[in-house]
Amino acid sequence: MDLLERYEGVAGKEVVEHLRQLSMPLQGKRVVHVNSTREGGGVAELLAKIVPMMNALGIDTSWEVIRGSQSFFECTKGFHNSLQGNRVIISQKAIDEYERINRENANELKKTLEEADFVFIHDPQPAALIKHFPNRKGKWIWRCHIDCSRPYRPVWKYLKEIVSGFDASIFSTAQFVQSLPHPQYIIAPSIDPLSEKNMELPSEEIESVKKRFGIRDDIPMILQVSRYDRFKDPVGVIEAYRLARRIVPLQLVLAGGGATDDPEGDTVLKEVRQAANDDPDIHILVLPPDAHRTINALQRAADIVLQKSIKEGFGLTVTEAMWKSKPVIGGDTGGIRLQVIDHYTGFRVRTPEGAALRIRYLLHAEEKRREMGERAKRFVRENFLLTRHLREYLSLMIAIFHELKDRVDLSLMNCSN
Amino acid sequence: MEANTRNGDIHLFRVKDCALVRQSTGLKALTLREFRDLMERIPSGSIYHHFWGRFLQPQFDEPEYNNDFAAWAYHGLHEKALAEKLSVIDPTEYEDIEDLRQELIDRVEEYIYENERVTWLRADEEFFFLQSQLVVLDTSLVMNEPNELLDLIPRMSLGSIFYHFIDARKRTPENIDDFSTWLSGFSNQYQPLIMAFRSIDPYFSSLKAIRNRLYEECVRFF
Repeated sequence: MDLLERYEGVAGKEVVEHLRQLSMPLQGKRVVHVNSTREGGGVAELLAKIVPMMNALGIDTSWEVIRGSQSFFECTKGFHNSLQGNRVIISQKAIDEYERINRENANELKKTLEEADFVFIHDPQPAALIKHFPNRKGKWIWRCHIDCSRPYRPVWKYLKEIVSGFDASIFSTAQFVQSLPHPQYIIAPSIDPLSEKNMELPSEEIESVKKRFGIRDDIPMILQVSRYDRFKDPVGVIEAYRLARRIVPLQLVLAGGGATDDPEGDTVLKEVRQAANDDPDIHILVLPPDAHRTINALQRAADIVLQKSIKEGFGLTVTEAMWKSKPVIGGDTGGIRLQVIDHYTGFRVRTPEGAALRIRYLLHAEEKRREMGERAKRFVRENFLLTRHLREYLSLMIAIFHELKDRVDLSLMNCSN
Repeated sequence: MEANTRNGDIHLFRVKDCALVRQSTGLKALTLREFRDLMERIPSGSIYHHFWGRFLQPQFDEPEYNNDFAAWAYHGLHEKALAEKLSVIDPTEYEDIEDLRQELIDRVEEYIYENERVTWLRADEEFFFLQSQLVVLDTSLVMNEPNELLDLIPRMSLGSIFYHFIDARKRTPENIDDFSTWLSGFSNQYQPLIMAFRSIDPYFSSLKAIRNRLYEECVRFF
């Protein structure tokens, strides 16, 4: 079975047929995606899927990864954090290294990028490549995957000058959009239904994961998957669990990654352990970054999934849980609002008390919980799968040829002209 | 009509498909006063998007309001009465998008005039004015005879349903869907089906639900 046929199985035949039609005007076009890592992180995961799919659709697509020094990546990590709103001072020396690495990579990728019809530059790391392509043939698009709703101004001022040179930019939600002198598109993130994190799992595997972590079969399980970060409010989740548990028997699983690049992570984890106070029905798991199947199994094993964030970019863990037919109790913030439709696909809450109330309600109303879970899955299938993400990339490429037009009617013209 | 071309004595219905990509206008409102002021200067494409384009973006199956402005009045400002006043606006009744813009402004101003307290009321969430670009494509699907609707409607993509059933209301001079226009080119026997199609209120359904309704009407008729 070829790649597109596999997606037909989960997303629907008509969805893939729609992609085939949209790709017709782009046949023969040369597309290059550029980022800074082949493995690890959401961008690499996305490109690992989207690039082969674009090729399967007959669009000549390649994926280039820039190479950099340690100090380059320290600098770009600083960019990343400051786009997310942290005050990070970037030295001139670091900026010089950032520009030097981009210049070197520009030389190596000269021919590929100069001749491409579309170049997608992902995030700030390779953004300065554009300075070295004054004679570029194609359209260059900056794809920002970061929550930059409130960037640290001095750093954004520097980056803005660079990304202003692009023909267009893409942000994940309207909240993240920054003022730039070119069209700014909004394309929501997506999940890959065929990835290890989201694929169907045999029930034996789910059972064995439950057993491994000592999760009981005789009482309901609620779950939050997230980094140990105050914005995710894990302590608030424990509070909600305790309030709900006064009435209904319950166990809580908090599953998060290690704190490799987050100095605060360890501190928050300690606070969480302290708040759990050795309760045997609170399972605090620290999982390695590649524990995708384990996360998948936990999400499938849960009766209800929480994402009680106080601040959230998009919240792909919400999407993942909804894809597994789980109603989600989410914080009333950011991208959670786009996914959790109050009373339909879950509940949006602002306090531990609110979360406890909704936990009790959903455990009490089993039929309602099942209905909400089914709606949640349908909502994700229609809106937040990789196929939708790709559809929007294809539409954008067609639209960008006709920048200022509200409507591009390809049945009346030939896009390749 | 774009979807209906005459070929000798035969009416052909060429099924088109479309996809939409959203753009920011860079404008956002946090208070009703800001919302009213921005209404005057947002691009007309933004009004189109928040009435029609919304069908092709994430939305739940049973939207409570027929446009994003009304939904924000309720969910953002918690002003149910304003949401109701904005949601009864039927965009197809306005010949021109500027008339529709004026109607929206009038309703908001009237509400502010009647409820002084709301002028500087801060919403829970900002309203982001968006616009969209619509890419229209030809599919290889063509209908010669009305009874082919029975076979083709369930096979149409949601983009096709949007283009022929929703977008047509804004695109065509008669403000009606393409299927009805096409059927009216045949004999009067299809009048009941046309009436059935026209009785479907598109603003409170998802595209999938509209496709099901259209199909059900075809099954009933043929």
